[in-house]
Amino acid sequence: MVIPMGPSAPKVLIENLTYRYGDKVALRAVNLAIPAQTITVLFGPAGGGKTTLLRLINRLNDLVEGTQRSGRILLDGQDIYAPGVDVPALRRRVGMVFALPLPLPGTIRENILYGPRLAGIRDRATLDEIVVRSLTLAALWDEVKDRLDHPARALSGGQQQRLCIARSLALEPDVLLLDEPTSGLDPISTGKVEASLQELKQRYTIIIIPHSIQQAARIADYAAFFLMGDLVEHNRARDLFTAPRDRRTEEYITGRFG
Amino acid sequence: MHRYTVQRVGFALLTLATLVVVAPILLVVAVIIVQGAAAIDWEFLTAMPRDGMKAGGIFPAIVGTLLLTLGTALAAIPVGVGGAIYLSEYARDSRLTRAIRLAIVNLAGIPSVVYGLFGLGLFVLFLQLGTSIVAGSLTLAIMTLPVIISTAEEALRSVPVEFRTVSASLGGTRWQGIRYIVLPQALPGIITGVILGLLRAAGETAPILFTVAAFYLPRLPRSPFDQTMALPYHLYVISTQVPGMPLKIQHGTALTLMALVLSMNLAATLIRSHFRRQRQW
Repeated sequence: MVIPMGPSAPKVLIENLTYRYGDKVALRAVNLAIPAQTITVLFGPAGGGKTTLLRLINRLNDLVEGTQRSGRILLDGQDIYAPGVDVPALRRRVGMVFALPLPLPGTIRENILYGPRLAGIRDRATLDEIVVRSLTLAALWDEVKDRLDHPARALSGGQQQRLCIARSLALEPDVLLLDEPTSGLDPISTGKVEASLQELKQRYTIIIIPHSIQQAARIADYAAFFLMGDLVEHNRARDLFTAPRDRRTEEYITGRFG
Repeated sequence: MHRYTVQRVGFALLTLATLVVVAPILLVVAVIIVQGAAAIDWEFLTAMPRDGMKAGGIFPAIVGTLLLTLGTALAAIPVGVGGAIYLSEYARDSRLTRAIRLAIVNLAGIPSVVYGLFGLGLFVLFLQLGTSIVAGSLTLAIMTLPVIISTAEEALRSVPVEFRTVSASLGGTRWQGIRYIVLPQALPGIITGVILGLLRAAGETAPILFTVAAFYLPRLPRSPFDQTMALPYHLYVISTQVPGMPLKIQHGTALTLMALVLSMNLAATLIRSHFRRQRQW
């Protein structure tokens, strides 16, 4: 499958990736090239391996026991599973936002600064700047600028999720992974998150699992359809959603199964 | 109608069962307070015993129990909390960790006099610490460890796993996640476990019997390797070993021990509720 991507090398390149939980195959020989500064959506019915793939790109699945992996994942041409890779440093470059907003205990400011502080940033002014910049990027600054030292839990669900996005952005990652970030949100909050994603792709490479096909079609530059561990189809989003090449993709998009 | 009769009888029986449980506790407390309060004055709490313990105070026993509790805390907290962190956060589920858990559960069921004999063998004789505060504290610490480890592990496990994932996703190492997120959240539970364990240690007689407790030593201990009197053992001594002991002194000693233990318990409850209010999930 050759996909027009422009001249630059892919930001994330997945090569012949197979992944198992015990006997269960979660991903089967997946090849996927993700261009920089675009939004790529991974979509398909539950159990297709989308979340697993996402969690492999920043090695969060290292925490899961009893798994097997073959194949490679390259970030800027470097194998992230090569021996000697600094995993915390990798996770700072590849941020993750989860399906449910998960603020850490503590205030809004403490949430934003958790990552930068662990990364060793101590300078007061720099930290303050990070708070403003990341909250602004996540379209939350205006709503919380007067209560940065209030508990993060006091925010609404939509605000919490944008806080989680801001928290990832605070580390200035190259790649942002989002796993159904709007699944728990109302339409207005969803709209805000989607709008800020469009801003964010100017700087970051975004890989997102959308919570509906409609959302996928709204925000995607590229789309990849996963079915039971197989990458069925990958293309520019406008082509994939208007003229799918695989019958299974077409059936899923038109709502005949899943 | 019949159904309601059964229900009423049932309720009555349950209430009776509750009373049967509560009444003896209240009676014990009441008797000790009534009989013991008369004995307690400034001299009783701060003076050395005199006349074969039939007069004077119980100061060295109070100090001894506080020192033993402190020594137990110093030995048991780092090991117990460390062990709990290992079991909850690092250990994989293997034959070894299952064996460790089984051992902990079983340790909790061992009679305290066995700990006393063990302490005598290991600390007093083999390690040549002598009958000393160090030997007694270490013996009490070993007896306390199962309580501390299992409650602390429980507290750590009750912190949602997602916090660890989030910490990792923000570039935190496993230890950083534990240090900055998990431990602070688990702290109330850990403190509760620690204090419950120490309470038990403070009130035990058998483990200190052969390892530290002095029958009659009307002075304060001079070093950690000195013997000391201690409240539970002192109570045992004056209740059974010394003929003609005034009842007042026995009850006064019991009241002092009870007040000490209850105030620690109260402190535990206050600390726990203080931290609970700060907890956020």
